[in-house]
Amino acid sequence: MGNFGYLMDGFATVITMHHIVIMIAGVMLGILVGVLPGLGAPNGVSLLLPLTFTMDPISAIILLSCMYWGALFGGSTTSILFNIPGEPSSVATTFDGYPMARSGQATRALTLAFMSAGIGALAGVMMITLLSSWVARFALQFSSPEFFAVYFLAFASFIGMGSNSAAKTLVMMMLGFAFATVGMDTISGGLRLTFGLTDLIKGVSFLVAVMGLFGLGELLLTTEEGLRFEGIKARVRAIDVVRTLKEMPRYGWSILRSTIIGIWMGITPAGPTAASFMSYGLARRFAKDKSQFGKGDPRGIVSPETADHSAGTSALLPMLALGVPGSATAAVMMGGLMIWGLTPGPMLFIDRPDFVWGLIASMYIGNVVAVLLVLTTVPLYASILRVPFSIVGPVIVAIIFSGAYQIANSTFDLWLVLGFGVFGYLFKKLDYPIAPLVLAMVLGDKAEDAFRQSMLMSNGSLTIFWSNPLVSAIMALGLLMLVWPLIATAIGLRGSRRRAGQSAKA
Amino acid sequence: MLRKITLALLAMTMAAPALAFEPTRPVEFVVTSGPGGGTDNFARTVQSIISKHKLMKAPVVVTNKGGGSGAEGFVYAAGYKGDPYKLTFGTNNEYLLPSVADVPYAPEDLTPVAALALDEFIVWVNGESKFNNIKDFVAAAKAEPKAVQFGGSQSKDTDQILVSTIAATAGAEFRYIPFKSGGEAAVQLAGGHIDANVNNPNENRGQWQAGMVKPLCVFRPDRFPKGTAVHDGKGWHDIPTCAEAGLAIDSYRMPRTVWLPAGVEDDVVAFYRDVLKKVSETPEWADYVAKTSQTSKFMAGDDFNAYQTADRENVRKVLQREGWLVK
Repeated sequence: MGNFGYLMDGFATVITMHHIVIMIAGVMLGILVGVLPGLGAPNGVSLLLPLTFTMDPISAIILLSCMYWGALFGGSTTSILFNIPGEPSSVATTFDGYPMARSGQATRALTLAFMSAGIGALAGVMMITLLSSWVARFALQFSSPEFFAVYFLAFASFIGMGSNSAAKTLVMMMLGFAFATVGMDTISGGLRLTFGLTDLIKGVSFLVAVMGLFGLGELLLTTEEGLRFEGIKARVRAIDVVRTLKEMPRYGWSILRSTIIGIWMGITPAGPTAASFMSYGLARRFAKDKSQFGKGDPRGIVSPETADHSAGTSALLPMLALGVPGSATAAVMMGGLMIWGLTPGPMLFIDRPDFVWGLIASMYIGNVVAVLLVLTTVPLYASILRVPFSIVGPVIVAIIFSGAYQIANSTFDLWLVLGFGVFGYLFKKLDYPIAPLVLAMVLGDKAEDAFRQSMLMSNGSLTIFWSNPLVSAIMALGLLMLVWPLIATAIGLRGSRRRAGQSAKA
Repeated sequence: MLRKITLALLAMTMAAPALAFEPTRPVEFVVTSGPGGGTDNFARTVQSIISKHKLMKAPVVVTNKGGGSGAEGFVYAAGYKGDPYKLTFGTNNEYLLPSVADVPYAPEDLTPVAALALDEFIVWVNGESKFNNIKDFVAAAKAEPKAVQFGGSQSKDTDQILVSTIAATAGAEFRYIPFKSGGEAAVQLAGGHIDANVNNPNENRGQWQAGMVKPLCVFRPDRFPKGTAVHDGKGWHDIPTCAEAGLAIDSYRMPRTVWLPAGVEDDVVAFYRDVLKKVSETPEWADYVAKTSQTSKFMAGDDFNAYQTADRENVRKVLQREGWLVK
């Protein structure tokens, strides 16, 4: 058990006053950039990068990784309070987090989110500790066909889960794919759907779309209700935090399932966003009572949050072990590693065990610090919802627009966010589900690239998706998910017929 | 430390009277790649050296505009005609992109300031590949056309142009599979999903250390300078040049370039050229270049223009042959 010894050395390096202070500072800064939509973890980390040039590598990575944890937590806060995801990966948290907060249980929603996020993150670190060498080899087995299969599985586990009509879901998904197509195409190197507009070359930012569709759309709806929304009157008590913590064990299965999904998506590396969506989709699929989903079901908060954080944490492993970033933030940190004079890659574990295990030890402590910090701030955040809408509303609008501008410093994005806001409002009115659109926008171009790369590899033969046990298994799982609603209905029908038969006999 | 500051101050006071232009507000470094990309590391290294040696009084703000293979950044900078506060960082994509994609800017919309380094290209194969030299590799590709798969970063960009050049030179046919980044191509090769890639040294260094990939030859006119061993007793110097190993391509490299918008005054160009020249003479720069196995080569003015003309000429031939030219 060599790893364990190294880990203990790592703890010895990390538990110093100096490093603990760095951790707290990192987490606080992270929460700040996570809460402000548009700024986000990758931007926050790259803003902080120049500061680390003069630090020693271990302190520097502790600062940056703690900022990453903080940002992941902060991103969930706005999703729950204002329906504005601060990070792409916290979109799925809005589905149930926001309704729960609106119904006066903001404290409960935030606590559930933070606590499950913390559990997810710690599970991710434990996986890194125990399985680092095995996981690195596993990740290497993934090529384009396997990636496509994973994305297919993500789509399949999400399709047909809504209460909306299947046709509407399909329309929204196609719309999402169309938005994902805008900009430069990786495979052909040409521009698509830019209509000669200079501002569309970079593509339609997913965050801009989300802020418009969710944030502005929601505001327009609230305004239509006649501004009588006077803030939520529920009392905010610190004791509610403790009460919610007691509630956690009830969601054990959801947490376990989401952890597995998160770790898998983090190391493959499909990323935290795919993980949170897939985990939400599956939580809903396997729930006995689906009626509360979308209206504030606790499982709808716990599942995406756990998966998001376990994926976010696991994503650091491919970066360290293979030199492949599993997320945008990991890519920035990798750039930092090189500037500090380290080469990310398989030899890092052998050449600089002090650095690697110092980082892993800091993940344990950093996440505990982050959970404690955010839990103490829950009552503070929850109180924001008690402020009357006429004050909070304009502030949210300001946050949305400044956030949209910050993504690419582009004024065009301000018009785009406004357009998406109107669409978001119309979609809600017409009962079109927004989630499939968002999912298709996030994973659409990745799925397309993976599919076309696979086709290039196989000379256009679809058999490549059944060419080895790994890809076949994922594809089969995806197909099963796709037809699961039919199977479930069939089983349900037979069950009810049998019951009907029994009652007839009786 | 005190000595360094005095030196820096001295350098500044000496340089100041000679130059009319001196930035008085923050300078924006426009990076034409996403965070963590090769161009991003280049720009941030320059930023860190400028701030460490106080080569410029005005602060620096780095913004990433890597959309559309970097077109986003160039279009953005081209829109600030005559603005001396927008410094754009790129490669040869500045003059390459407009030939292969219908992007709304022309190479002339930006003023060349300087090139600071040349990044190398190497043919890499999987560590357990049966090929140990480029001759066998090319022979196998010739024996079975379109069976050997090359992976690379982006489409119709430097990687694919090189693969096309190899194919034409050797009379072989390859299949080219474009990925989002050199990093992805590196992992696909380490996992054995593709047969080869033409990554820059820095993109495959980690995998080579672990023996997951191995280099066949480098497209440099001469071998890398002698250095420490990377894997199995072999270092960068032990990689043969492609020409000496039997693939007649003398040199294929990618410059790390810096640009200003068109229509800026000459003294503005001169100011930034001098700052970058000083950057290229610091030990930190030497360190960055050595660590990423690039070649430090400062080019400005006529040198840089001549380099561009030659580079464009070479690339144009390939684009014409492949039918990739858009205008």
